[in-house]
Amino acid sequence: MASHADTHALQAHAGDHDSYHAHSPSFFTRWFLSTNHKDIGTLYLIFAIFAGVIGGGISGIMRWELANPGMQIIPWFTDGNLDAAHQLWNVFITGHGLIMIFFLVMPALIGGFGNWFVPIMIGAPDMAFPRLNNISYWLTTAAFVLFCSSMFVPGPPGFNGAGTGWTLYPPLSTSGHPGPAVDLVIFSIHIAGAASILGAINFITTIFNMRAPGMTMHKMPLFVWAVLVTAFMLLLSLPVLAGAITMLLTDRNFGTTFFAPDGGGDPVLYQHLFWFFGHPEVYIMIVPAFGIISHIISTFSRKPVFGYLGMAYAMCAIGFIGFIVWAHHMFTVGMPVNEQMYFTAATMIIAVPTGVKIFSWIATMWGGKITFETPMLWALGFIFMFVIGGVTGVVVANGGVDTVLHDTYYVIAHFHYVLSLGAVFALFAGFYYWFGKMWGKEYNEFLGKLHFWLFFIGVNVLFFPMHFLGQAGMPRRIPDYPEAFHYWNHIASIGYVIMGVGVLVFFLNIVVSLVGGRKAAANPWGEGATTLEWTLPSPVPFHQFETTPDLRGALGHH
Amino acid sequence: MAIGWATGPKSLRAVAAARVSLKAAGAASLLLLAASGLAQSAEPAAAPVVAATVADPVTGPTVAPAAAAPAVDAGYERLAPTPDIGQPIPRGIHVQEQFTPVGKQALAMLDYVLNPISIFITALVLVLMTWCIIRYRASANPVPSTRAHNFTIEVIWTVVPALVLLAIAFPSFRLLAKQYFPPKADITIKATGYQWYWGYEYPDYGGISFDSLPLSEEDARKNGDPYLLDVDNRLVVPAGAVVKVLVTAADVIHSFAVPSFWVKMDAIPGRINETWFKVDRPGVYYGQCSEICGVKHSLMPIAVEVRTPEDFRRWVRMKQAEDGIEPTGPGIAPAPAATAAAPVSATTPADSVAVTTATAASAAVATAAAATAAASTPAA
Repeated sequence: MASHADTHALQAHAGDHDSYHAHSPSFFTRWFLSTNHKDIGTLYLIFAIFAGVIGGGISGIMRWELANPGMQIIPWFTDGNLDAAHQLWNVFITGHGLIMIFFLVMPALIGGFGNWFVPIMIGAPDMAFPRLNNISYWLTTAAFVLFCSSMFVPGPPGFNGAGTGWTLYPPLSTSGHPGPAVDLVIFSIHIAGAASILGAINFITTIFNMRAPGMTMHKMPLFVWAVLVTAFMLLLSLPVLAGAITMLLTDRNFGTTFFAPDGGGDPVLYQHLFWFFGHPEVYIMIVPAFGIISHIISTFSRKPVFGYLGMAYAMCAIGFIGFIVWAHHMFTVGMPVNEQMYFTAATMIIAVPTGVKIFSWIATMWGGKITFETPMLWALGFIFMFVIGGVTGVVVANGGVDTVLHDTYYVIAHFHYVLSLGAVFALFAGFYYWFGKMWGKEYNEFLGKLHFWLFFIGVNVLFFPMHFLGQAGMPRRIPDYPEAFHYWNHIASIGYVIMGVGVLVFFLNIVVSLVGGRKAAANPWGEGATTLEWTLPSPVPFHQFETTPDLRGALGHH
Repeated sequence: MAIGWATGPKSLRAVAAARVSLKAAGAASLLLLAASGLAQSAEPAAAPVVAATVADPVTGPTVAPAAAAPAVDAGYERLAPTPDIGQPIPRGIHVQEQFTPVGKQALAMLDYVLNPISIFITALVLVLMTWCIIRYRASANPVPSTRAHNFTIEVIWTVVPALVLLAIAFPSFRLLAKQYFPPKADITIKATGYQWYWGYEYPDYGGISFDSLPLSEEDARKNGDPYLLDVDNRLVVPAGAVVKVLVTAADVIHSFAVPSFWVKMDAIPGRINETWFKVDRPGVYYGQCSEICGVKHSLMPIAVEVRTPEDFRRWVRMKQAEDGIEPTGPGIAPAPAATAAAPVSATTPADSVAVTTATAASAAVATAAAATAAASTPAA
């Protein structure tokens, strides 16, 4: 590992880091007018945790309602009005989906960890466009406020909120919701999308132009590769979403009929546009997670990542194929059979680069000197859960088989295994992995492991039975169900409680560690942690790399 | 902890359920490892039942319609659903028993191709990870290897999964072809989704049409029908006939789904989608709207009542009389007395004979309907 010697030399710069603090802005300037990538990353992480608590709390109410057949819980919120309760349910599922995607996973993985560590990992002093970075963040918060306010204004006749599902399919989102709630949701997504596009531009520019000398593309850490691929996907897919929801907006307000059959439009057109964005979006959420997991597996196995180039190009392949498989979300809309065959085949191809990643992670562990600190537990959990989500993905990729599974709980189980047990596991993994680096305090190992086990058991009890419910035919997005579905729904709700206790332990850990944690070393993980952030002190000084690191002699990942 | 969930009016039942569930929670954690295997092992138990009922389509739960003297117009009686058939099974973990040719082929694809491969891959990854965790833990392997490349193995783990996927693709395409190149229809039905109920029309039978609304909880309990699945007016179709369903919607998108037929087709305003099924066994089969359609999305179930051709004709005559439609349609047209085959089919399983005659008679009307349908659907 020749790179060790080179990177350790960089710590010489870290010695006089106190001088970096000479520039210390006031609280308001630092946090509200921030142009520092680390502070903006921190803001994104705090925001994502806040939004995640709301989105996760909503799903808690949903699971509470679904614990038993009948309408017991939601009518409490509507003074016993059952119709209003049904509408509130639809608002909840819409809110849960959009909040978790746009305001938890994306801000945390890309805005949070991406902002924090991409510049450091490539040896850059900051992002390419610091002010753009700031406005990306504040637009995201504005989008969240707009979204939350949509829940309290009229939607369908007589009721409040947008109960359309996160996909906003017309005509339910047009003639079905005449009130302004859907307009607010559209504005919210527009703004969140604009924020993401600005962020994507920033990441692409930073990664292409601000790498330290010697940091060639093929030496870039895999997390940087992951964010680069993600940024391109954001840049190419979000404008299509923006177009689709703008058409939705004009259909709603200005008399156009893009999606209204009575004016010659077609509701299915919206679905094509939406999923042209929507499918890359699911990879936007998981590809950064791939990057984080690669680093953690390598660090705790004390081995370089196995098949680095294969890993990097597998992510590129996933990013590319992600754009040509969208209509597998639409197998039941009445597509021509040839189209269904194409989308079946194209979708299954994604399993190949994904398989390369899984096997490469295992090969990274193979022959390693593995220890099992909290981040490693989350990474191992990620791999196994992601495999389960992956194989069920291959099942639903088959158009003919998807007929019976489409829009059932099987699909819910599938994408929660990929996202809730995939992306969110990677979030926690990264949070623990970089905890000391970001906050300068060591997290509490016992609480971290307790959090992991409670969460791991909880989400599996929560989501695994959903495969059974889906196979048995339980449709998505219903607040009340036939009695036969009671048993597994009840089990799932118990799983939610276990998971919820795990999340409480997470917050306890944050408090305990920030208040009483020991001071974190520059590199607490030892020989396996080879990326540049471990050459800097913990927490990373306000301005890192007073002298640009030079990696021209480093061997990199090969 | 589970007791905390049991609130509201149903607390007694819920508490009991919670007690059961607690026990099961332990099992559930095991489940995440064993469940897919469990799903497999539970399946064979159900399979013989499928075979039995299919082999003898008439021995279904026909509510003695034959026993009641087959007087011409009298005697249409609502069929009672069979527990565990055409509806979800309590605590069920697998796809509902299938009653259509497509459903049987698709379920075989799931059971013999997709699920075994899924379980094998998951198990393989689990074994490899476990091996790494045990063999290469720091205390067992203090000096880590530095190997980060192996061209051969990287090629293998790229090519082998690709070949496995290729092997999946062929049966998958066959299944799609079977679904979307249907045989000639014997009867055409139009299903229209409304907020929040289904409307059905029978163009072959003088345009019988009616709305299908969910039963209230009290009515369902009174009849012994499953709440949130059963409806006041079911979609009635003849056994053994190829039923073409033209699916559309009047307001927002709905989805016409019957899990035990392997049928799910979105009902989209401005479009007419086509799906089909052929069921031999008389009985009641349930589904639910499967695309979010607004406030009462959970309250628009689909109930399909498959009847012997004779019972079906009796139902048609009743409906036509109700709607003031002149008796018309395959097997109906000449005069009520013309159903001479009735006594025969009532006593013997001459089901196929009856179907054939119905098919022959309906040929003209059916083709006409099929032609209009073909003109308006993009299913090519």
